[in-house]
Amino acid sequence: MAKHIKINKGLNIKLIGEAGQLIEVLPLPETFVLKPTDFKGLVPKLLIKEGDEVLTGTPLFYDNDNETIKFCSPVSGEVVQILRGEKRKILEVKILADKEIRFLKFDRAAPKDLTRETIIERLLNSGVWPFIRQRPYGIVANPADNPKSVFISAFDSNPLAPDLNFIMKDQDEDFQTGLDALQRLTEGKVHLNIKSGIDNPSVFADAKGVEVNQISGPHPAGNVGVQIHHIDPVNKGEVVWYVQPQDVLVIGRLFNKGKFDLSKTIAVTGSMVNAPKYYQTIAGASIKNIMADAGLKEGVSRIISGNILTGKQIDSEGYLNFYDSQITVIPEGDEPEFIGWLKPGLDKFSVSRAFFSWLMPGKKHDLDTNMHGEERPFVMTGQYEKVFPMDIYPVQLLKSILVEDLELMEKLGIYEVIEEDFALCEFVCTSKIESQHIVSKGLEMIRKEFG
Amino acid sequence: MKPLRRFLDNIKPSFEKGGKLEKFYPAFNAIETFLYVPGDTTLPGSVHVRDAIDLKRTMILVLLAMMPCLFFGMWNAGYQHYLSIGVAGTTLFDNLLFGATKVVPIVIVSYVAGLSVEFLFAIIRKHQVNEGYLVTGSLIPLVMPVDVPLWMVAVATIFAVVIGKEVFGGTGMNILNPALTARAFLFFAYPTKMSGDEVWINTSLAKGQQLVDGFSGATPLGNAAAGFADKIPDFSDSFFGFIPGSIGETSTLACLIGAAILLYTGIGSWRIMLSVFIGGFLMALIFNLIGANTLMQIDPAHQLVLGGFAFGAVFMATDPVTAAQTNKGKFIYGFLIGLLAIMIRVFNPAYPEGMMMAILFMNVMAPLIDHYVIEANIKRRMKRKKISNE
Repeated sequence: MAKHIKINKGLNIKLIGEAGQLIEVLPLPETFVLKPTDFKGLVPKLLIKEGDEVLTGTPLFYDNDNETIKFCSPVSGEVVQILRGEKRKILEVKILADKEIRFLKFDRAAPKDLTRETIIERLLNSGVWPFIRQRPYGIVANPADNPKSVFISAFDSNPLAPDLNFIMKDQDEDFQTGLDALQRLTEGKVHLNIKSGIDNPSVFADAKGVEVNQISGPHPAGNVGVQIHHIDPVNKGEVVWYVQPQDVLVIGRLFNKGKFDLSKTIAVTGSMVNAPKYYQTIAGASIKNIMADAGLKEGVSRIISGNILTGKQIDSEGYLNFYDSQITVIPEGDEPEFIGWLKPGLDKFSVSRAFFSWLMPGKKHDLDTNMHGEERPFVMTGQYEKVFPMDIYPVQLLKSILVEDLELMEKLGIYEVIEEDFALCEFVCTSKIESQHIVSKGLEMIRKEFG
Repeated sequence: MKPLRRFLDNIKPSFEKGGKLEKFYPAFNAIETFLYVPGDTTLPGSVHVRDAIDLKRTMILVLLAMMPCLFFGMWNAGYQHYLSIGVAGTTLFDNLLFGATKVVPIVIVSYVAGLSVEFLFAIIRKHQVNEGYLVTGSLIPLVMPVDVPLWMVAVATIFAVVIGKEVFGGTGMNILNPALTARAFLFFAYPTKMSGDEVWINTSLAKGQQLVDGFSGATPLGNAAAGFADKIPDFSDSFFGFIPGSIGETSTLACLIGAAILLYTGIGSWRIMLSVFIGGFLMALIFNLIGANTLMQIDPAHQLVLGGFAFGAVFMATDPVTAAQTNKGKFIYGFLIGLLAIMIRVFNPAYPEGMMMAILFMNVMAPLIDHYVIEANIKRRMKRKKISNE
């Protein structure tokens, strides 16, 4: 039975700089990278060296813990640099792209005609596998697992997030093939969760062979973790897989066209962008020419791959992170503010009504990166609960991680959360506590012990 | 404001690591951040934008919410004084002025003593000076009788900050409400100065003045405990606060204005406030039906506007650090505070002011309440696992 879930708790942060509904296609940038650091907990083993020629789909490195999981080149060209950090940790594999992109050829087939084993094998060999991730931990799925269900959130509720209904429309064929493949991977259901109350395009609304659930409510309603919690929660020892809609297309294209095609549409957003809109690009692409086209406003700005809640800061000549379909640019806020805590604060955004900005509830804000205060111990209570729509006590879970009590973490529901689920808690926190960092530490501890 | 910023930037290096005054960094930091919200930006890998609220803003709003109580308390100190010596026709300003001469010194002593200890601990233990004392420093005067000797305020404040808070690790770690710890300390250490009918009204007489006939300086609850039913002021006097009592607690109206500010800004917990009043009302109603002594015979609604009940419900019970932390726990916690406050009031004539005892007791019990609320959550999760495994 398809479900209708109503999320009551949460928060939509309204910001200036939403992307206009226009997809720009630019010539491909010169360089691409694949960053092992985009894959949590991965210890990469290189398969190529500097100077090697690669095709789109040639494996660049594999997972040391699971040799079958390969990470493949997003374009064809030459490996020009392997950037290493401390302790020779691999940070980036950089590829200078060919003028004409050449693809490794894979067999085409309808997933419905293939066995589960064959599908998994093809996904692994082509490099598509890393798009399938798992809960708990939010890491690349283990092909040896039998997930109890597969989840796809068909909408992104994060601030300024790309409108997936716009990006995905008219891609019904590849999407359906992708769903067919995923359907084979689980004995349970594939849950496709769409936003209720709006006109969903046929790519989602008419998807076959899956459960189409309707979700309503504020952010984080679009977070897959919240949806899993309400539809098919993860208990200890259970695994649920999840895939992003644009990544389902990659799976679909593999089977329909026989190509490892990482094309995606990204939204360039934020108050510092002159012309926020959508761009056609490829995962791992340099953002240089896109940023030049979109144009930045005067002033010091921060470029984020992803959204303001869960994204990572990147360089203006940096690269889009593997799973992201959004770039946000906001002003840095590094100016001290004279008795800022005493001012009426008409221009300040707060969930509380502690500033007079509550007089303008519908206003879209231009927020900067200022901390607005110093870190403190937990003092206020009940704040996190207002933006955390799960039957989990967030503060108590964080405290159990801080005291490194593994058993208590399990009891309080750590298997159901990853960092992004705590992003809003971190945003609203009066004490400025780094919740996502704490959760990340907790997950690492649990994974080391039981994982 | 540029020169001030420049001055701070100039002297900053001597307080930083390796500087001559490195030891005093927490003190410098407290002053600097008080003057300027720091220009620190969010970390590159965390949430990139933060809510504008911080603990300084939170505390200043709580302080703002207490202002009606403070100003009414000053006025009432003057009003009660002139009433006791039979001077009629004093203006609002007269009353306020007289009250200010009594109340302002208490506030100053409370802040000076408390902040000294805070800064001292911050320097010794190398942690930041926490904003919590902004509120505690005003709460302490508001729960003191107007005639309390200033040295006692200082001693109680130091005791409260050290034993009530710092030994646990500072704001956020304490178990007992610091302001109530101060009051409880005085109550038990100097009972003669903190109860009876001497301290609630200032009766200093100038030449030629004398107390009015039949004057009693006891609080309404003190009178009721002694069985003087006729000396309990009527509902409206008690509600507006024209009665003797601790400086800030007498006016339920002022407390409710404060409550409105706390609830509207989203800082105070409506769950706690509401359940305290419900708990108190139900208990008073039950006792009222029994009606065995003067205190029991007081109308339930009237009970809630006497003594420190409203003040405790709005400003003391809602202290987030010492209250229950789970939403369900807050209902239970508040309800039991209301219940116990009236019960102590009625059954124990030695402590007619039951609110303080009730809140301190429930502060201690709050972690236990939370424990059971969270256990229930854990059980739900275990049960779900069993069902899905079948």
